[in-house]
Amino acid sequence: MIEFKLPVLGADMDEGKLLEWKIRPGDEVERGQVVAVVDTAKAAIDVECWQAGTVYRLLVQPEETVPVGTTIALLLAPGETVPTEVATTPAPPAPATKRRPPEEKPATAKVPATVHAAARARISPAARKRAKELEVDLDRITSGSGPDGSVVIADVERRAGKKPPAAAGQESRGQQMRQTIAAAMSRSKREIPHYYLAETIPLRKAAEWLQAKNAERPMEKRVLMAVLLIKAVGIALQRFREFNGFYRDGAFRPGEGVHVGIAIFLRDGGLVAPAIHDVPEKTLDELMSSLSELIQRARAGSLRSSELSDPTITVTSLGDTGAELVHGVIYPPQVAIVGFGRVEQRALVDEEGGVIASPAVTATLSADHRVSDGHRGALFLAALREVLQQPEQLA
Amino acid sequence: MDEKELREKVVNDLVSIAPEVDPTVLEHDKPLRSQVDLDSFDWLRYLVTLHDSLGVDIPETDYRKLTTLDLLVAYLHQKLTEQKGA
Repeated sequence: MIEFKLPVLGADMDEGKLLEWKIRPGDEVERGQVVAVVDTAKAAIDVECWQAGTVYRLLVQPEETVPVGTTIALLLAPGETVPTEVATTPAPPAPATKRRPPEEKPATAKVPATVHAAARARISPAARKRAKELEVDLDRITSGSGPDGSVVIADVERRAGKKPPAAAGQESRGQQMRQTIAAAMSRSKREIPHYYLAETIPLRKAAEWLQAKNAERPMEKRVLMAVLLIKAVGIALQRFREFNGFYRDGAFRPGEGVHVGIAIFLRDGGLVAPAIHDVPEKTLDELMSSLSELIQRARAGSLRSSELSDPTITVTSLGDTGAELVHGVIYPPQVAIVGFGRVEQRALVDEEGGVIASPAVTATLSADHRVSDGHRGALFLAALREVLQQPEQLA
Repeated sequence: MDEKELREKVVNDLVSIAPEVDPTVLEHDKPLRSQVDLDSFDWLRYLVTLHDSLGVDIPETDYRKLTTLDLLVAYLHQKLTEQKGA
């Protein structure tokens, strides 16, 4: 029997409220399938299951709040049969008497999820939640304005004829978001002995290379400098494992793979840092589409549990309207955060000693002294600088 | 499309990217990105949206010239007129 537990959804989320099951007893579950939607202080999250099996029993009802780590469903492993104490016939429909309660509630409280999935566009978990608050019938919204026509909060509010800021529910969401950020950052500053380093990185070669590449492309295929910076961090980290991973139970555990959390500001306030998985293995084009999809889903309130639990390091990139540099606060249990300030023209000294104008960025590293020292941190930033001088190798 | 319709379109597409914006308080002759909080990603998405709805290609080297709504409208108007003439 597989015990499916509510996964850890980040340092600042210690419990979740089940909004909806996407599975029912007897269903086959594939590895990576979204099986439930869970609400947290930051967002409604699509929770994935990473073990294949057959759903045996759902142990938590919609609207119930449980701590992370709680077993919320039981699955039969492939080949496993129903336990003898309840089984009169070995097939999955055996727990028929048990399956009624979890099924009935969604059927009366809301439209069954399976109907949505088959019939039309995806509905973001946050939109689903908002629809419930506003008593909007989601069946009446036939297409949405989110990514790939998905239904997002704005569509629900339009349907309800309400203006977003007036709702009390949203204000408390903003407050909750602030509290969870405060809790995680207070823990970080209390537990993690940070040290900070900065390095100015010339970007003339990178900017020229990117401009030439983008000039040949249609607008929607153009790649942002931020993507190049993220890829460069991923490549440099392969040689500096002590900045990539987690500090748990008094010891550092290197991450398996480089999964870069991207700090994304949300338009209605707050911040999330979901992961782009396996950054060094992805091409720039793949990273650009991952990034734009991630930003849009983060803002639509539709993230997946693995994106919140997997980041092995965070990158915060302020973009072209941000400040000159940023000293990041590490997101526990991670052990480092890389910050990029505004990319802009700076006066730099070239190899011949002449002053030149060149695009440049100040990169910073905030890292955990329990795991590494400033000497290695400086070497990491130097490696990052070198990687960015050979942009063609980042493609 | 006359300039008034074009301006309306440019503002509507902006609101679709940044829904919290009140179009009535925008100052068209002042820098756009200090009035509306658009990061690099939003800005690219905004220009791609305009490209899709108007069929005007905007080279990357021109992005930084388009600092105000007035400049953006004038730029797009000129491009559209050139396209029609060609």
